[in-house]
Amino acid sequence: MSPIIDVTDVSFAYGDTPAVSDVSLTVESGEFLGLIGPNGSGKTTLLHIMLGLIEPDSGSVELFGEPIDEFSAGHRIGYVSQQSTSKGSTMPITVREVIEMGRFAHAGSRRLAEEDHAIVAEAIETVDIAELQDRRINALSGGQRQRAYIARALASEADLLALDEPTVGVDAESRDAFYGLLDRLNSDGITIVLIEHDIGVVTDRASRIACINRELYHHGDTESFVESDALAEAYGASGRVVHHHH
Amino acid sequence: MRNSTRRLQALRSAAIAVFGFVAILSAFLVSDTLLAYGLSSGGLVGVFLSLGGLIADATGFTLLSFRFGWRMLAIGGLIGIVGPLIGMYIVHREMAMIGETLAHTAFAGVAIGLLVTGATGIETNYLVPALIVAILGAFLVEYLAARSSSYGDVPIAIMLSGSFALGTLVISYGGGLTGISIEGVLFGNVSVVPPSGGTMMLVLSAIVLGVVTTQYKQLLFITFDEQAARVAQLNVSAYNSLLIVLTALVVVGAMQILGVILVAAMLVVPVAAASQVATSFREALYLAVLIGEASIIIGLVVAHQAGLPAGGTIVMLGVVCYVAAVVISDRDLASISVR
Repeated sequence: MSPIIDVTDVSFAYGDTPAVSDVSLTVESGEFLGLIGPNGSGKTTLLHIMLGLIEPDSGSVELFGEPIDEFSAGHRIGYVSQQSTSKGSTMPITVREVIEMGRFAHAGSRRLAEEDHAIVAEAIETVDIAELQDRRINALSGGQRQRAYIARALASEADLLALDEPTVGVDAESRDAFYGLLDRLNSDGITIVLIEHDIGVVTDRASRIACINRELYHHGDTESFVESDALAEAYGASGRVVHHHH
Repeated sequence: MRNSTRRLQALRSAAIAVFGFVAILSAFLVSDTLLAYGLSSGGLVGVFLSLGGLIADATGFTLLSFRFGWRMLAIGGLIGIVGPLIGMYIVHREMAMIGETLAHTAFAGVAIGLLVTGATGIETNYLVPALIVAILGAFLVEYLAARSSSYGDVPIAIMLSGSFALGTLVISYGGGLTGISIEGVLFGNVSVVPPSGGTMMLVLSAIVLGVVTTQYKQLLFITFDEQAARVAQLNVSAYNSLLIVLTALVVVGAMQILGVILVAAMLVVPVAAASQVATSFREALYLAVLIGEASIIIGLVVAHQAGLPAGGTIVMLGVVCYVAAVVISDRDLASISVR
């Protein structure tokens, strides 16, 4: 079986500033990959390359075994961006309406059917936000909002969940609950790629770790990462070690 | 929770009633068009005019005993639907200035059209060149916004004043506007809308309604979360172009009543008002159409009775709704925090 994501020798630069250099990695079905690195290390850029949001300057990307420009099964990917966390501060839209978007790729230009609504309702149950579904999404707390975005991904019946620092600004308790939810989804067979600045969370949860700072410093299982000195090397390479206090 | 469903249903029924009302008015426009081109004897126009005559006899309100009165009301009715409909997307995509800019671009189009008419003798409704130039302008705005390195709204501001400046130069070169009044183009002039203006509005509205009803979901997805829409393999740049072109259509159609200066208000004000108080996107959509429709119909009637300019009256009514919505949503917020 081909990997879910297959990145080969990709490089990308913003103008003259290289962001990602010669990175190759694969994400296999059912994996929980933690993508870590210091601030400005190219994590988000790499994720965007993986999802086809950015076209790399060189190298190739395959999603679900297809070259990225031929890939069309967008519903297989659930994406929670940093942007989606902040967006919708003024737009009137309910939690349910956001989650229904997960069915849009399936529906095309037809109306949502009974079956779509049933799947949406199930997704809402899974992340346990039924009592919030008629509220405006911007009336939710950060943690509740992340659950809504996960539900959107579930509604699209995604096989791959890509999350970019989903718990920024979320309190510790909701954060634990959120990662508990990710664990459960992962055991149900959903592949997860997670960018997270809190290394503790990643080493606790992820089955594999990719540590990058422009280049790939480590890619392998979590145990070997903890034992290696990839972390010090990657964070040292930027000339600063970031400390986060939460 | 059940309260919000009931409110949504009430708004939906009201919006459907408005749709029905505008559909009847559109029937007048169809008959009006056929009559203008000698394709029918205009029996339906006659029915509307007799009805207007009855209204005039009963109430002293004479507007509807004239063909232009019904035409104006029908065009207004269509603006009240398509303006807020497109507005919902462009306001929440933070593209509100685009409407304003395209209206000014259309002004340059009107000027160029008159010049062409003067040179070639080909007569068209002034909206035709306005539409062509506004659509070209739409693509130019998008190109500038994507390529230019300045802040998002700088190229748009340049385009807005630049095309207006071009319009004034062309008018001056052509020896002034002949045949139509500059005030009419700038501020709207309801009493001189020809049958072809009604025909244009019908066609433009049909295109806008057709596209939005079939692409509602995709446009909503892109408006709310562009990156996720891109990951879901929606063709975001194609939808962006589509949205800007639809905006150009609405702006040009609405220009004849509201004028270049005020036309963007119909895209922005009802949506802003509705978004203050609505919970869901659907609710906001229905409410925006209702607010837009009420402002236009009441505005046209009041303006006619009081001898006021229609565009200004309509926009001021919209602004009053917006202020009321801000006050209501503030009070709601206050009552929540008290609890």
